[in-house]
Amino acid sequence: MSSMETQNAAQTPENQEALSQVTPRFAETPAVRKKLLYQKIAKIIFGLMAAAMIVPLLLILSYLVAKAWPTLSWEFLVDVPKRGMTEGGIWPALIGTVYLVFISLAVSAPIGILAAVYLNEYAKDNWLNRIINLAVINLAGVPSIVHALFGLGAFVYAAKMGYSIISASLTLAIMTLPVIIASTREALASVPIAFREACWNMGATRWQTIKAIVLPNSISGILTGVILQVSRAAGETAPIMFTGVVFYKAVERGTLFPYYLNEQCMALSMHLYTLSTQVPNVQESLPYATAVVLLGAVLLVNATSIALRVYMRSRKKW
Amino acid sequence: MKDIAGQSARKRPTRPLWAVYGEKVLEWIIRLSGISAVLFVMAIFFFVFREAVPVLFSPDFSLKEFLFSTEWYPTSASNVRYGTLALTAGTFSVTALAMVIAVPFGLGAAIFVSEFCGPKMRETLKIVIELLAAIPSVVWGFIGLTIMSKIISQTTGAPVGVNVLNGAIILALMSVPIIVSIGEDALKAVPDGFREAALALGATPWQLVYRVLLPAAKNGLLAAVLLGVGRAVGETMAVLMATGHAVHIPSGILDSVRTLTANIAAELGEAPAGSPHYRVLFLTGVLLFSITFVINLSADLVIRGIRRKGRGA
Repeated sequence: MSSMETQNAAQTPENQEALSQVTPRFAETPAVRKKLLYQKIAKIIFGLMAAAMIVPLLLILSYLVAKAWPTLSWEFLVDVPKRGMTEGGIWPALIGTVYLVFISLAVSAPIGILAAVYLNEYAKDNWLNRIINLAVINLAGVPSIVHALFGLGAFVYAAKMGYSIISASLTLAIMTLPVIIASTREALASVPIAFREACWNMGATRWQTIKAIVLPNSISGILTGVILQVSRAAGETAPIMFTGVVFYKAVERGTLFPYYLNEQCMALSMHLYTLSTQVPNVQESLPYATAVVLLGAVLLVNATSIALRVYMRSRKKW
Repeated sequence: MKDIAGQSARKRPTRPLWAVYGEKVLEWIIRLSGISAVLFVMAIFFFVFREAVPVLFSPDFSLKEFLFSTEWYPTSASNVRYGTLALTAGTFSVTALAMVIAVPFGLGAAIFVSEFCGPKMRETLKIVIELLAAIPSVVWGFIGLTIMSKIISQTTGAPVGVNVLNGAIILALMSVPIIVSIGEDALKAVPDGFREAALALGATPWQLVYRVLLPAAKNGLLAAVLLGVGRAVGETMAVLMATGHAVHIPSGILDSVRTLTANIAAELGEAPAGSPHYRVLFLTGVLLFSITFVINLSADLVIRGIRRKGRGA
């Protein structure tokens, strides 16, 4: 851009004459050359910094997949762990994770969406709103292990739910609440204020406006947030470790509903931890395959959310 | 009743009573959900603190020892000692080294994404960063335990590959996405007028970055770093698996350590509910909660400071 402007300035006749007498047009003075050299160096260095966090990661991920390859199969997904978890598949863990994710979603999605509606549509800019914002930020920043302690103290002992799927899911729900609140809020905020004003002018109440205008126009954004919550909940280990997930639970191969809600279950993330640190003599590719399945599931869910967002943005009418 | 035009005024349409009151109820539910975040934060503090409280008054426990002693022998038969200084040192050594790695790379990548690359590349990089942020911590831990530890023990000749350096690299990789995305937001928040003025004076993008953008966005970048620190301090599974399990103050980056978070995760399963050991672990949780609370609060204050200044300008 800067070079274009010099060009324009040089093209007015009198300037041109004056300049061509002093130096040939566009010749670089040493200062300019130095400046451009620094610019090039800076660009390369920052580019390398960006690359430095992506390239090794791609290498690591491909290494994981390569290590896991011999074990990855449909059979691995639907089979149960065998011989003291040193062989076999991951079915009980997989289905346990599905349980935890959906129950936590059922709790946190309504609360999170309504909380975002409150923050974006109702709250005035006052001390209460500021405290709520601060609480959301802090809730997102509470270490996962502290959530685990909370789940243990509140759900397992105080509410007497015991070590169970329901305790673990509630802990996960509270932990992932900020994800939904933040993304829903963003979606709601992207609906232009004029839409609301038009609706209010028709005599609609606040809630009618929200129901008829705001939510339908931001539903895909809200959905993105919900999907993100799924991926976050599926990957968490620490909060469920002490509230309802066990190392091993016998489950029949391929059954869809093996657990009751007041029982403990297995989970994929915990299974990976168990396989890689607690069980001796595991078949070598087994933890790698578990890691790849967990990672694949999480990244797939995230990619869906991103794709949805890109699609939505391309269709946006305002 | 007649109005000015002489027409009989029609009855104003009314909504059924249940709809009016239903809406009221619904709005109260929305308000309640709105403050739920506050309730949950208070509940977390309350329940964690409640489990920890009895030990504060027990005769074997002294708060001074808890905070300032390096001797952590929770299961010793003769002389039980609960000093968390070594664990705190573990947390801070790993976090500090992680930040030494992550801050330059994170801010560098943020600058690259925001100022040096074209729109298409920017979109791609942002998506990659988002995916990076989504990788579960247990997978990071697994990478540290298997791949990174092998690389470290081969290149440095350290006896064990799970140590401060390993944990720090893993934590750095985990906190870089946060630093990049918040840092990029901070750079984007600098008014375009600043950029245009600098470019009009003939500045190259690099001169623009270090003469104009970095000073203007320094608070936002600071907040990005603080949030990165917050994430690193609170991370559990990755450091549990990647830093080894030696409870002592590390003497070098190739020493194994244990962090506050990893300590809770490693020992909570073995501590019988209600025992002093169990309560001390909850007290460690309170300590962690307080540390991250302070970090997040200061990040928020820093960001709020920028917003206020931005509005005034």
